[in-house]
Amino acid sequence: MKDNKNIIIELKNVSKHYGQTYAVEDFNLYVKKGEFITFLGPSGCGKTTTLRMIAGFEMPTGGEILLNGKDITGLPPYQRPVNTVFQRYALFPHLDVYDNIAFGLKLKKIEDRGKVRKLTTKEISEKVRAALKIVDLEEYEDRNIATLSGGQQQRIAIARAIVNEPEILLLDEPLGALDLKMRKDMQLELKEMHKKLGITFIYVTHDQEEALTLSDTIVVMKDGMIQQIGTPEGIYNEPANAFVADFIGESNIYSGTIIDRLKVRFLGHVFDALDEFDKNEKVDVVVRPEDVKLVPPGQGMLDGKLISKIFKGIHYEYTLMVGHSEVIIQDTRNLEINCDAGIIIEPDGIHIMKKELTANVYDDAYIDKNNNVIISDFAFPCDVTKLVPGSKLDSEGYVIGPDGTVYDFTDADIKATIGLGDIEIMDNIEESTAWGNIVENIYKGDHYMVTVRTQQDEDFTLDTVYTYDAGDQVGIRVKPELIGLTLKGEAKKYAKK
Amino acid sequence: MKTSKLTDLIRKFYIYIVLFVMYAPILLLIVFSFTDTKLIGTWNGFSLRLYTSLFRNKEIMTAAINTFVVAFSSAAVSTVLGTLGAIGIFYSGKRGKAVMEGISQIPIMNAEIVTALSLTILFVFCGIKFNFLTLLVGHVVLTIPFVVLSVRPKLMQMDPNIYEAALDLGATPNKALMRVIMPEVVPGIISGFILSVTLSLDDYIITAFTRDTAYQTLSTYVYGVTSKKGTLPPSLRALTTVITLLALVVLLIANRNGKTATKKPKHIKK
Repeated sequence: MKDNKNIIIELKNVSKHYGQTYAVEDFNLYVKKGEFITFLGPSGCGKTTTLRMIAGFEMPTGGEILLNGKDITGLPPYQRPVNTVFQRYALFPHLDVYDNIAFGLKLKKIEDRGKVRKLTTKEISEKVRAALKIVDLEEYEDRNIATLSGGQQQRIAIARAIVNEPEILLLDEPLGALDLKMRKDMQLELKEMHKKLGITFIYVTHDQEEALTLSDTIVVMKDGMIQQIGTPEGIYNEPANAFVADFIGESNIYSGTIIDRLKVRFLGHVFDALDEFDKNEKVDVVVRPEDVKLVPPGQGMLDGKLISKIFKGIHYEYTLMVGHSEVIIQDTRNLEINCDAGIIIEPDGIHIMKKELTANVYDDAYIDKNNNVIISDFAFPCDVTKLVPGSKLDSEGYVIGPDGTVYDFTDADIKATIGLGDIEIMDNIEESTAWGNIVENIYKGDHYMVTVRTQQDEDFTLDTVYTYDAGDQVGIRVKPELIGLTLKGEAKKYAKK
Repeated sequence: MKTSKLTDLIRKFYIYIVLFVMYAPILLLIVFSFTDTKLIGTWNGFSLRLYTSLFRNKEIMTAAINTFVVAFSSAAVSTVLGTLGAIGIFYSGKRGKAVMEGISQIPIMNAEIVTALSLTILFVFCGIKFNFLTLLVGHVVLTIPFVVLSVRPKLMQMDPNIYEAALDLGATPNKALMRVIMPEVVPGIISGFILSVTLSLDDYIITAFTRDTAYQTLSTYVYGVTSKKGTLPPSLRALTTVITLLALVVLLIANRNGKTATKKPKHIKK
């Protein structure tokens, strides 16, 4: 519930554009006092940019940031009561540990019995010592920054920030440079520190496990937009879409169809479900590997063949082939593979999500003089006779309507639609119509849903059975008759006199 | 394979041969500054007469003082402008940065005579009379790119976030610059200053074009007397020796400075 008194910071419609591209788009969020909130997402999702806007290093190009109800959007960083722990520490190498931590205190002015004064040396010294105690480095005052290990530098960076008693502590992937063991220890310590200090923490990470461990609230981001805001449990158990499900934890994601109230079909079987959707709606279904129960063949809801087994420490991870689809299963038993097995998925293990995307829609496409449709600067051959029912092309490329009217659709604005299954993906760019890099790759049991982003930042999402890696450069091609065309405005406008 | 004794010898002493070739002319001058013959080559017994006459020669002394005044004042101006320039370039946007870096380094590549001539034309065009200020401007133009060049690597070694960290901790942009950026680039600033001084000290071309003709520096003086008389006045041998020794001292100080700069002073706690 939104209770204004308890809200420390609120971001309203905040966006950050760089020319045509945007890093953050229409970001809305409020953070409660004392909360531990995490921005989670893959690199380039805008999480760090958002943090930097809260710190004041970047100015939003739109929207406003309110701190305790007051607009701080235009305030420079040195006037904001927030402090940052930087990813690579950003300690001052020419100062020792003590002076690094005291840096902010020496600049601070406080109000004391109606008078504004600086902190005394004694006050500073006490605060620095207290901060060092919190980060467990009491004896390190005189040490040189260069002589400290990565973990120690990280602690000093935290001490340097919290010593100023900020209202909000911003942490930009603070544990990213540490090794796994140290990271785990620091996670626990950060959580302890958060509890002890009572300061609001805003944390940025791309590590989903870290986010789940630390946070009260997680904000999952992708492409500068919030995908989901929720508690760790909420986000894990009820992901809002396929992206969130894929990004957080292990998951089986399938395309399914609602065939009746609380009945969903996927993997060729009808399952009982708990989520209510419209009949016949196409949906994405998420099943966590730990929610699939392995049973002897014939005793489950459906049968498949176990094809692989990986030892993961506390459990084995099995892959079961059901038809052409894979099901990832976690089970503590050590079973034989290459034999048949059945599975049971209980209704509460099935999470159904609205399908995000059923087709690619391009609102600002147009027709060029060669009767190609231009999408993201690429010319796709298409069937322009679709624009006028019953028409045909003449030898010069004009569209002849059934009543003999001649249409010239050059430069006509078009809404183009391409189905996910209608786009061909290929390695050989020379044979393709358009090309770009793969930005997303979600496995859906028997195929991948791949998103190819062109240089002009246009996305083509497609289904393929082939495996690609994020970042791969690929070409795409679409059969002319498979591109849906809708004319904006009346066809009459383009009739030749 | 057996190498001949000669190649072995060359290999061993190669560096000494190179150094000898480099330093022979200076050594020759230094040795012959301690005798009072007219020409180099004849030894007339040890004497410090050239030194006494050097320090009594008013013309040379004025020229020497002028040279140092120009060198230190232009180096001071260049160091301030160049350091701020380097910081400005470092923190400017991507595209602007590349362009600015290129432009700031063109004077290094450019022939000095071009710089000198264009400065002269500029001053004449603006109707400015040649005086100490035009000479100073000339030397600042000459040395600024070198300051930028020696400060830049220090900025690049720096953690790019420390400026933001200072702002974050409550420092205004000015304070962040003075307390965080400056200490990081001081070694670069010092070497830029020394480089400027040495460049300015021995500059002839720009000096000749931008000075007031009554204002002699060592280079214009030496050039003047040698072109008039055709021979090197003996006292110049002493002058060369003094300058070489001075350069050596500066170099030693600079080197020591570089070493102590990496060794941090201990923090004294009250």
